[in-house]
Amino acid sequence: MPTLSVWAVRAALLYLVAGALLGTAMLLAKAGFFPVGALRAIPVHQEVVLLGWMLQLALGVGYWILPRVEGARPRAALAVLAVVSLNAGVIGVAIGGALGAGELTLAGRLLELVGAVAFIGHIWTRVKVGGLINRLSAEEIAARQAQKR
Amino acid sequence: MRHAARLSHLHPDRVAQPGRRDGIGGALASGEAGASLLPVPYPVYVHLLAVGWLTQLIFGVAYWMFPGRARTPSAGERLTLWSVYLALNAGMILRAIAESMLGRPGPWPVLLAISAIAQLLAVLLFVAHLWPRVTAR
Repeated sequence: MPTLSVWAVRAALLYLVAGALLGTAMLLAKAGFFPVGALRAIPVHQEVVLLGWMLQLALGVGYWILPRVEGARPRAALAVLAVVSLNAGVIGVAIGGALGAGELTLAGRLLELVGAVAFIGHIWTRVKVGGLINRLSAEEIAARQAQKR
Repeated sequence: MRHAARLSHLHPDRVAQPGRRDGIGGALASGEAGASLLPVPYPVYVHLLAVGWLTQLIFGVAYWMFPGRARTPSAGERLTLWSVYLALNAGMILRAIAESMLGRPGPWPVLLAISAIAQLLAVLLFVAHLWPRVTAR
């Protein structure tokens, strides 16, 4: 697993824990075992879980697992920019939402957009028909399968 | 409106009544055209998909495909992973029932709290399992 994927997947796991803690606090508040003010964390919970956990995990795994171009991951700097922007954006939106700071939320959303565009810019050429198996003829595939046996 | 009024004997979170914004489910569902037809509160519907389906699918696939999976898991690892599976599903099902019944007589608040702790436990156990497998090796 490349280093960028390690960072993205680990950050995603941390967001999952943060989102689960917030969710637990909100359910406990609904049940009457925690201050009702916890229920104001719904937008932060949604942001952390949907973008911080699920989207970031998809980016991290996609960067790792999608086909490489001639053995390399081209324009890797865009993927780094995507992960950094996404994390800054999620944190900005979460803090902005919690404090009711509209400008911070807007800045966070813009950073998330930068992250999305940057990741598309990185991954576009790696989303392709083919890979090794499509470049081989039927005879070569049969020969490789026979070799395995 | 008449439809919502007919269903209003159900728990308030279940029905998005026009003009009525009380209750978390009501507040969340009030903007949803189809939410008034849900048999469970809107947050339960969302979490059945986001936790019961998506997160559980991610857990299962990550356990399978991330590097470092033992060919024959140790007894401790098997216990951890089965605990994750049971806690996540029992917690989710318990939540769906308890949150739907909240506000009616019964132990629903306590069961809802237990469901929350169970799901949190599942997440913590799974993250503890997966963390060392997320490496640059």
